[in-house]
Amino acid sequence: MAKATRKKPAVTEIDAPADARTAAQSHFRTLRLGTPFQPRIDALARTDDWYNWAGYRAPHSLWDEELEYFAIRSQAALFDISPMTKYRIEGSDAEAFLNRVTLRDVAKLKPGRVHYTAWCDDAGFVLDDGTLFRLSPTRFRLCSQERHLPWLLDSAIGSEVTVEEETEAVGGLALQGPTSFAVLVDAGFAGVDKLKIFDLAEFPHDGGTVTISRTGFTGDLGYELFVPAEKALSLWDRLMIAGELRGIRAIGYTALNRARLEAGLIVANADFTTAEHAIRTDRLRMPDEIGLGFMIDLEKGHFNGRRAILEARTKRKLRHVLVGLEIEGNIPAEHAIVYYKKSQEVGLVSAAMWSPMAKRNIALASLKRPFGDTMVEDLWVEIYAMRELQYQKLMKRAKVVQRPFIKLDRRTANPPADF
Amino acid sequence: MTSFDAIVIGGGHNGLVAAAVLAKSGRKVLVLEAATDIGGAARTEEFAPGFRVSSVAHVLNRLHPDVVKTLELERHGLEIARGDFVPSVALSRDGPPLVLHGAYGEALTGASSSEQTAWKELSAQLLRYAGILKPFLSRRPPDLSAMSLLETAALGQTALALKKLGKEDMRDFLRVLLMNVADLLDEQLTDDRLKGLLAFDATLGGHLGPRSPTSLLGLYYRLAGEIGGAAGAQALPKGGMGAVVTAIRAAAEKAGVTIRAASPVAKIIVEKGRAVGVALDNGEVLHAKAIVSAINPATTVLDLVGPREVDTGFVRKVKNIRMKGNAAKLNLALDRPPQFVGVDAAGHKGRLVIAPSPDHVERAFNPCKYGEFSPEPVMEITLPSLADPSLAPAGACVLSAVVQYAPYALKEGWGASKPKFLKAIMAQLEAYAPGISKTVLHSELLTPTDIEARYRMPGGHWHHGELQADQMLMSRPVSGWSGYDTPVEGLFLAGAGSHPGGGVSGRPGLNAARRIIAMRG
Repeated sequence: MAKATRKKPAVTEIDAPADARTAAQSHFRTLRLGTPFQPRIDALARTDDWYNWAGYRAPHSLWDEELEYFAIRSQAALFDISPMTKYRIEGSDAEAFLNRVTLRDVAKLKPGRVHYTAWCDDAGFVLDDGTLFRLSPTRFRLCSQERHLPWLLDSAIGSEVTVEEETEAVGGLALQGPTSFAVLVDAGFAGVDKLKIFDLAEFPHDGGTVTISRTGFTGDLGYELFVPAEKALSLWDRLMIAGELRGIRAIGYTALNRARLEAGLIVANADFTTAEHAIRTDRLRMPDEIGLGFMIDLEKGHFNGRRAILEARTKRKLRHVLVGLEIEGNIPAEHAIVYYKKSQEVGLVSAAMWSPMAKRNIALASLKRPFGDTMVEDLWVEIYAMRELQYQKLMKRAKVVQRPFIKLDRRTANPPADF
Repeated sequence: MTSFDAIVIGGGHNGLVAAAVLAKSGRKVLVLEAATDIGGAARTEEFAPGFRVSSVAHVLNRLHPDVVKTLELERHGLEIARGDFVPSVALSRDGPPLVLHGAYGEALTGASSSEQTAWKELSAQLLRYAGILKPFLSRRPPDLSAMSLLETAALGQTALALKKLGKEDMRDFLRVLLMNVADLLDEQLTDDRLKGLLAFDATLGGHLGPRSPTSLLGLYYRLAGEIGGAAGAQALPKGGMGAVVTAIRAAAEKAGVTIRAASPVAKIIVEKGRAVGVALDNGEVLHAKAIVSAINPATTVLDLVGPREVDTGFVRKVKNIRMKGNAAKLNLALDRPPQFVGVDAAGHKGRLVIAPSPDHVERAFNPCKYGEFSPEPVMEITLPSLADPSLAPAGACVLSAVVQYAPYALKEGWGASKPKFLKAIMAQLEAYAPGISKTVLHSELLTPTDIEARYRMPGGHWHHGELQADQMLMSRPVSGWSGYDTPVEGLFLAGAGSHPGGGVSGRPGLNAARRIIAMRG
């Protein structure tokens, strides 16, 4: 049966199962936790520009957000992803359990592979999206934006599986950019060349192991590294030393956020509101409404939300659609309203930027169907550009375009080039 | 391989009603019963050589007229006439008992004339108000997401009925709806015996004391029931409750239903969100277009379907259905009929209630909140063999009692406590019928854990889910799924765990069958 456990730090005596659940996710007791890499990040934080990422003190930027962005695209960028919620899911029923919870078919995910997935509540509304790492036939790591322990434990009723929160116990780093492969090779991770996109493997590190996957949130060549918290600093140092001549730089979220937008990737509670956060009923989103319909596997057996999703599809009850937009001009259309024929409000831009890589003015937007779905002509965005204490209102033509906005061959090249 | 249109899991009375109604619509129906005999908790069973008794349900007071009519139960041997109505006797240790005659006290004896007048007014009011709720407590609950024209019209009728009460009465109806029964009784009555009896009836089978908020609803539920065309009436069926099941079975078999006993279902087979059949304990697999579960809803979802075949939120709801019973069943084989003090012959053939005052009932309830049984339990007693000698050897007598409060989750466990509880019950009986203990040839006490094991009722709860405001109507068995269908297509719920609830009414079974027919399932 499912049980709530936790590795560290040690908790006080627990009597009732309810207490055990609370104790198993006591992250909220400390305000603005530091990650296992915090000493190194604090030392590099020249802008002192912090934000709250799931209760952790995380940097928006460390020294210069523009240059940090270009570190991703032309060097190697090191980004601390430790605040990401991580669950260790293990047991003979782990695959079946995850198949019931998440949208994609986990049976198709082989050990040593990673896939991007999402999960829904009974009504088919998205609770979160995240990545699922299959570490062995019976062991997984699920990474997500929000915390889900009670949902996962209740989903485990009747299954031989343990679900354990390991957010604090495991540190994570994203190493992204064209020289990231070379950095890993220089750092002595022998065999890292074997990793194809979405592969993962374990490598020796400091008397223990580090799990390296060829994954990332940038659309670039890149890797993610997961390490026990106590080996975190030695991993950081190993990469920084090896990467010195490869231009490795620590970065903050602003730079990463730009890269992910170019890659066309969405962020929970930025581009859509997760079901447990939404207060207004029309803010809830089904996977088909945020571009995640491709994950839904109706052939695999039951999964949470299946009935509702199927009904919405057959009864044509899907009301929104998330699209990529290309907007004329070069002024970012951040949070601009989208219009049909310049007058009828049909949606909102959730993320926008001038893309240095695509050389296009790009955006992600949520539109009310049929706009963005069958009606894609004559769409406009209204941009309020603040110019010396005066808004300059711009009505710019928007074109629905394919995501990702950029496609880099080096992301999938095998073996990656030694830049 | 034989294939059926519908497979009904559970041969309790609701399962049989559902099966019979479905078969009458032209469907090929199979009933699978786990036990060697059908009838569930509404059987007549031999508990000592020559002594037979109604297994759990022992007073017939709510067999729904639509069920009687639809299945033509009168043609199948069930007959209840006015003459069969039995009185309720509120026993007292300090004096003569008080007796409610006819259909729930059309006449009251043993009370002062002012109390009789007060009761006349109160009973009329209670029946009037229960009458407003009656349609709600029989029809399929309104579907809030998609109300049909028929449902809207029915709701409109209720609104009209409320309006017809008149302004004052309507306001009072709304005022008292969620009250506790003790406060309402204190407003209008003075006789503790009468108040005790009503407090007992309101809380029978539930986890409530008379002073628990909403306890009046239990009394309305009781009074929304009728037999022989009279609201609130009660009878002891000849041959025990099993006779009612026999009549329903006859109707079902006449309609072409196949009944297989000793065939426990191990699994409901679900393929791509649709129930397609069942697998029996012996491995046999049977397919059908509709699977109708007339057993406990939690057992159905968590054990037979399995949590992985439904959504997590639904599992949470199902797991949260409260169903820990508080009622025990006592069957005594007596070598001669007992004599309850001050009770006449007609009274002995009725329902004898030990609940001397609302305070007494409340005090009996108190320990059960903390996992302990009542040291002075309250109970309703029947002596069915007096009117039906076939139930006992010549000259001997059967005593059947439903006793509260016996919490399912007893702190000390029922193993060691059962003899202690029996002793407490016998002490009560001895007080009201001196000498009865010496006449006991055999006793059988079924605690909620025994009822759970023997009749496959989780928690030993005969409603298969506590019948309180939060678990009634649109919230029964769980909110969002109160209309007998389930998130698993082709799987329907037809037992007492569904609206309106437990008691031998047949209404959940009837409603479920009608729903399946309406959905062309």
